[in-house]
Amino acid sequence: MSTVATTDPVLTPAHSTPISLRGRLQDALPKIVLAPSFVITLVFVYGFIVWTAYLSFTNSKTFPSYALTGARAYQRLWRWTFESDPPSSWYTSITNMAIFGFLYVGICLALGLFLAILLDQKIRGEGVLRPIFLYPMALSFIVTGVAWKWFLDPGLGLEQTLHHFGWTSFHFDWIKNKDFVIYTVVIAGVWQASGFVMAMFLAGLRGIDGEIMKAAQIDGASPLQLYRRIVIPLLRPIFLSAFIVLAHMAIKSYDLVVALTSGGPGGSAWLPSNFMYEYTFKRNEMAVGSASAIIMLMTISAIIVPYLYSELKEKAR
Amino acid sequence: MNRFLTTTAMIALALAGAHVSARAADVKEVQMLHWWTSGGEAAALNVLKQDLSKEGFAWKDVPVAGGGGDAAMTALKAMVAAGTYPTASQMLGYTVLDYAQAGVMGDLTETAKKEGWDKSVPAALQKFSVYDGKWVAAPVNVHSVNWLWINKAVMDKIGGTQPKTFDDLIALLDKAKAAGVIPLALGGQNWQEATMFDSIVLSTGGPEFYKKAFNDLDEESLKSDTMKKSFDNLATIIKYVDPNFSGRDWNLATAMVIKGDALVQVMGDWAKGEFVAAKKTPDKDFLCYRFPGTEGSVVYNSDMFGMFNVPDDRKAAQVALATATLSKSFQSAFNVVKGSVPARTDVPDTDFDACGKKGIADLKAANEGGTLFGSLAQGYGAPPAIANAYKDVVSKFVHGQIKSSDEAVKQLVQAIDDAR
Repeated sequence: MSTVATTDPVLTPAHSTPISLRGRLQDALPKIVLAPSFVITLVFVYGFIVWTAYLSFTNSKTFPSYALTGARAYQRLWRWTFESDPPSSWYTSITNMAIFGFLYVGICLALGLFLAILLDQKIRGEGVLRPIFLYPMALSFIVTGVAWKWFLDPGLGLEQTLHHFGWTSFHFDWIKNKDFVIYTVVIAGVWQASGFVMAMFLAGLRGIDGEIMKAAQIDGASPLQLYRRIVIPLLRPIFLSAFIVLAHMAIKSYDLVVALTSGGPGGSAWLPSNFMYEYTFKRNEMAVGSASAIIMLMTISAIIVPYLYSELKEKAR
Repeated sequence: MNRFLTTTAMIALALAGAHVSARAADVKEVQMLHWWTSGGEAAALNVLKQDLSKEGFAWKDVPVAGGGGDAAMTALKAMVAAGTYPTASQMLGYTVLDYAQAGVMGDLTETAKKEGWDKSVPAALQKFSVYDGKWVAAPVNVHSVNWLWINKAVMDKIGGTQPKTFDDLIALLDKAKAAGVIPLALGGQNWQEATMFDSIVLSTGGPEFYKKAFNDLDEESLKSDTMKKSFDNLATIIKYVDPNFSGRDWNLATAMVIKGDALVQVMGDWAKGEFVAAKKTPDKDFLCYRFPGTEGSVVYNSDMFGMFNVPDDRKAAQVALATATLSKSFQSAFNVVKGSVPARTDVPDTDFDACGKKGIADLKAANEGGTLFGSLAQGYGAPPAIANAYKDVVSKFVHGQIKSSDEAVKQLVQAIDDAR
């Protein structure tokens, strides 16, 4: 800009200096304001991703060490994935991730949509019901975990209560059972997030043009057909957003497992995030922890990147 | 813009000022990171607080709950990585050496010389409190983990006597089961399960075997038939635990014995602190026996206060802490409450109860007889990576992910090899 001003004085008005300074400041202001957060994000998110990736190729134990020693950590994870009998902690973690991720996302979407459709029937007291369903989302996973831990504990909660009421044959010890403990994590997770998904769907339902619905009704569509053929397809963007939110919550959930099961009997409720934390900070195997973190990152990328791609394509259209 | 800059500068100055003043206040203060949050433990720590306050040093707790200290160690690592060292931290065994190797520990050799620690602290402990010729930690106590804690009322009710062998113990547990009492109180956390397994291995294989397998990590011993037999014994004893044990804290398991809901707990002598805190007397309300078959040997761990390389203005407080920690009066008073025995061998046992007296005598005998072994479950047998791999395998075995002792031994060798 300044070079233009010096080489071509004719085009520059006489009183240009004050205006251009102010204008330049105005132009630059957003950049100045954004710069710190940009730098912070760059260093503390992307910088540390690179750092973690680097550490995963070292033999870091208690503290980081910087001598590269090859992909030994990945080899161990590979072996733990495919050659472990009985299942290694890592194998348990990733199979749990698959079970938890699939059920958590699936049930939340289904239940959320179902609740939203019910709430959309112009029922009385919707204003009361909506916050009741939405409220669990306001709790942290730690609170959810502890509350459900007490509720599901055979010695304290549901089972004990029903025994007191005389139903002594009732038996529900999933939280203490290595094969079922992961499903209690699903229960608590679904309880917390399905209300939020409901709110998203409800907003989507309210956004649908009433005219289309009326037209379909006039054409003789049954309510079931109406939802199946018109409403749910129209909710596609909501499905995608909800899926993305839930999927990344599933992959990063750590606190729920810790609060609910403290890792489960013999570590049987671990998710990869628990594995990562345990190996990095408790077992002094920072390299293995870093490698598992990188694998988690790649898993998330595999979900997020296609989503971003489809979003961008849609914008371009 | 100018105003913005001025404001920022002022805020920065104010923050810096706050920082400086906080530093100045640190001088007469001892910052201590620890996980002694249960009743008996907190009472024991109070003794030290009072000793120090008499000398004018304030005490700043950095307590992190959790019996095994995993959470506390994580917090410590974060503090050390950030360069904000506490004055001292409760630490176990190889962790001290790990940190010393990383060069963040202070040097107390001068104080140690003056106070004569070299002569009074057993050599087995010095292995962990002296690094490279420098004293880096002050041992607080010696715990031994091969104990049985028994509720006497329950014992009398079922007509039991002290078990001398592993089979005796099983017979005793059977009696309790028949009488409708939970035979064995266990917390289903991996360190508790592994702590019990320490005793079982010592009982099954004898002192030589324990040392070779769990202190020297000899591979032949680790995959031997004796180790398989140990796992079989673990499988036998685990049948006497109530179904609701998973995830239970150790002091809740102790409470079950105190209340008479359960007959016996296999636990380190910190459990005695809980009995004492509940106003129970040894031989009258509860019994302490060595785990059957381990009489004469002591599997130990020792709580140490690792001393960090603090700046000079905080050094005086650190020296005061270290001196107070190893003073005879504190060693006696503290360990009476905590349930453990003193870390120096020249402390009189007059104030100790029956279990404490036995513990002091056992330690002395084991120290002289060469049967004092570091507990693998407690981080005194091997570095943390290996100790954790071991706890993992034991826990998986207890909870049924590993189904046979053959498999367990294979896993143990593999896991220790991986972690080496």
